[in-house]
Amino acid sequence: MATDEMTVKARKQPEPKLTGAVHRSRPTLDRRYLPVLGTVVVLVLMLIIGGSRYDNFLSGRVMANLLINNSFLIVVAVGMTFVILTGGIDLSVGAVLALSTCISAWMFVHGWPAYVAIPAAILAGALIGWAVGVMVHVFEIQPFIATLAAMFLARGLCYVIAPESIPITDPTIVKLGTRWDLGGGWAITPSGVIALAVVVVAFVTLHYTRFGRTVYAIGGGEQSARLMGLPVARTKVLVYVISGTCAGLGGLLFAAFSSSGYSLTGVGMELDAIAAVVIGGTLLTGGSGFVLGSVLGVLVLGLIQTIITFEGTLSSWWTKIVIGALLLVFVILQRLLVVRRR
Amino acid sequence: MTGLAQLTRHRLFWPIVALVVLLLASTLKSHSFLEVTVRDGHLYGAPIDILRRSSILLLVALGMTLVIATRGIDLSVGAVMAIAGAVTLTQIASSPDPGAVSTVAVAMLTGLAVCLVIGVFNGFLVAVLGIQPIIATLVIMTAGRGIAMLITGGQITTVTSAPYKTLASGFWLGLPVAALIAGVFFAVVALVTRRTALGVLIESVGINPTASRLAGVRARTIIWTVYVLCALFACIAGFLQSSNIMAADSNNAGLFIELDAILAVVIGGTSLAGGKFSLTGTLVGVLVITTLTLSITVIGIPVNAVSLFKALVVIVVCLLQSPVVQHKLRARRRQAAPVPVEVPA
Repeated sequence: MATDEMTVKARKQPEPKLTGAVHRSRPTLDRRYLPVLGTVVVLVLMLIIGGSRYDNFLSGRVMANLLINNSFLIVVAVGMTFVILTGGIDLSVGAVLALSTCISAWMFVHGWPAYVAIPAAILAGALIGWAVGVMVHVFEIQPFIATLAAMFLARGLCYVIAPESIPITDPTIVKLGTRWDLGGGWAITPSGVIALAVVVVAFVTLHYTRFGRTVYAIGGGEQSARLMGLPVARTKVLVYVISGTCAGLGGLLFAAFSSSGYSLTGVGMELDAIAAVVIGGTLLTGGSGFVLGSVLGVLVLGLIQTIITFEGTLSSWWTKIVIGALLLVFVILQRLLVVRRR
Repeated sequence: MTGLAQLTRHRLFWPIVALVVLLLASTLKSHSFLEVTVRDGHLYGAPIDILRRSSILLLVALGMTLVIATRGIDLSVGAVMAIAGAVTLTQIASSPDPGAVSTVAVAMLTGLAVCLVIGVFNGFLVAVLGIQPIIATLVIMTAGRGIAMLITGGQITTVTSAPYKTLASGFWLGLPVAALIAGVFFAVVALVTRRTALGVLIESVGINPTASRLAGVRARTIIWTVYVLCALFACIAGFLQSSNIMAADSNNAGLFIELDAILAVVIGGTSLAGGKFSLTGTLVGVLVITTLTLSITVIGIPVNAVSLFKALVVIVVCLLQSPVVQHKLRARRRQAAPVPVEVPA
């Protein structure tokens, strides 16, 4: 009798646990995906609104341009995502992007071949990122201040290298901007392909490598990450190097887009990149977010611009107001999510 | 030796050294740099110019210091300046009598009211909804210039109004009005925060909002108040800036001033981690940045290299102030003086 009861109990006990587990995993999906899902909903809504209001809005040409015209911002936002995931911020990306365009333009004018100028421009970005990483990690200067100093530094170097706009005629850079027709209005440029490649590499790095997990771990809690024996120092410096490198690469894509190197390029682009990352569902406190979300964020920003261009009667400043409003909505939504999770 | 050691350990030592070096370098290059003369009953000269030019940054940095003391940050100040100028100048321009004192007063009050609303909005996001300050104020930073353009209709509104021009270009008792305005606000804030418990309360919120709330400090009200104050100070800075050029330029008014203001606060020894603030430090930081900009031209650094020079000064000052370098300097000093009486910080 007693043993019977025990066996019944023993048999029964795991049952509620099991159903509980099933219940918990069944409803919808992981909460971590909710902010990104919000971005997808906004993107789809904007596509529907645009498609219903204007002819040719949903054409291959417009959609392809969305990717092509924002390829440099995608690359920059991807780099920014790494930094923000660790709980830092990088204000220098716009200036580093400009520096990269200036360096490549200057080297082309002075007769350097593309295979020297292009790596040099990217390397300059990586170097500035490395300097920022050292300031942040070794000298414990706050990321905000360190990247601010780097922003002034990069902008200052731009003015020294290229006080006036330098046209770029190098065939390699020009080739980056040539459209390959894919039929039906769809097209892609080598810069678009590079941007997509950067996204794929970043995605794999963040989700399938030890380095990527360390990035998330530092954002979740630097002290805990250190106690777990993760290479915090190396990773923290490296995320700024990645962001700088991405900004350098973004500069080359921008050079292909604008065919010139100019010291005032990309003023305020760091804000666009941060806005894209936030709209893409990454928390600025670090530790939570996805690189694909940032890409969606860039596309949302691009779509706002496209819709305002299509509308025609709306003045350009509405772009800023709409981006601000969208930012507000997303920030409040994220906040509500965090509160509900607790 | 110990006196000197204590002096170099003071958090304002390196910023003041930077200021003195800049002034010395300028004086060496142009011997009359520090000379102040009286012309038409007003004081003239580079030092007066530094004071006048400092006023806008000082007002913005004043509000920023309070916000940073609560472990916050306000990125929207530049946009608030643009909105303040846009609202006020649009109203003055559309009034029948732009030169009347009453018109200017009403327009400025309207500007202050609009900025008050923005400050309340920022404070609401941070204090009530608990959104990170950097992202909460990013909303207005992004949208604010758009709103200012909306108000001016995308144009640069210009006015001719003698009373409004006085704000930036006038003199009173031989001193520039702008510097006097900034000085009065600085003195009031310094008195109120340091002669009452308010300063300590602000710092307690910055150290630990939850603990201070449990201890009976109205953390929410204090955080809300500092954002409102910051917006109001930015608004007055916006008045001075638009009065200086007698135009509301929504794109360029106060552009990047949030960065300069944060820099001034940090150079002044206020930590971005909150919990401690120094208004004197902010004043020194503001003077360093303004003198830097002014002396660059005097010293003869090419205009193209201004930003580079600024970056180098900022990096050097920040590195010298960083905990690691401070620690190393202290350790070396301890080695030199064999009697270690200092209490480790």
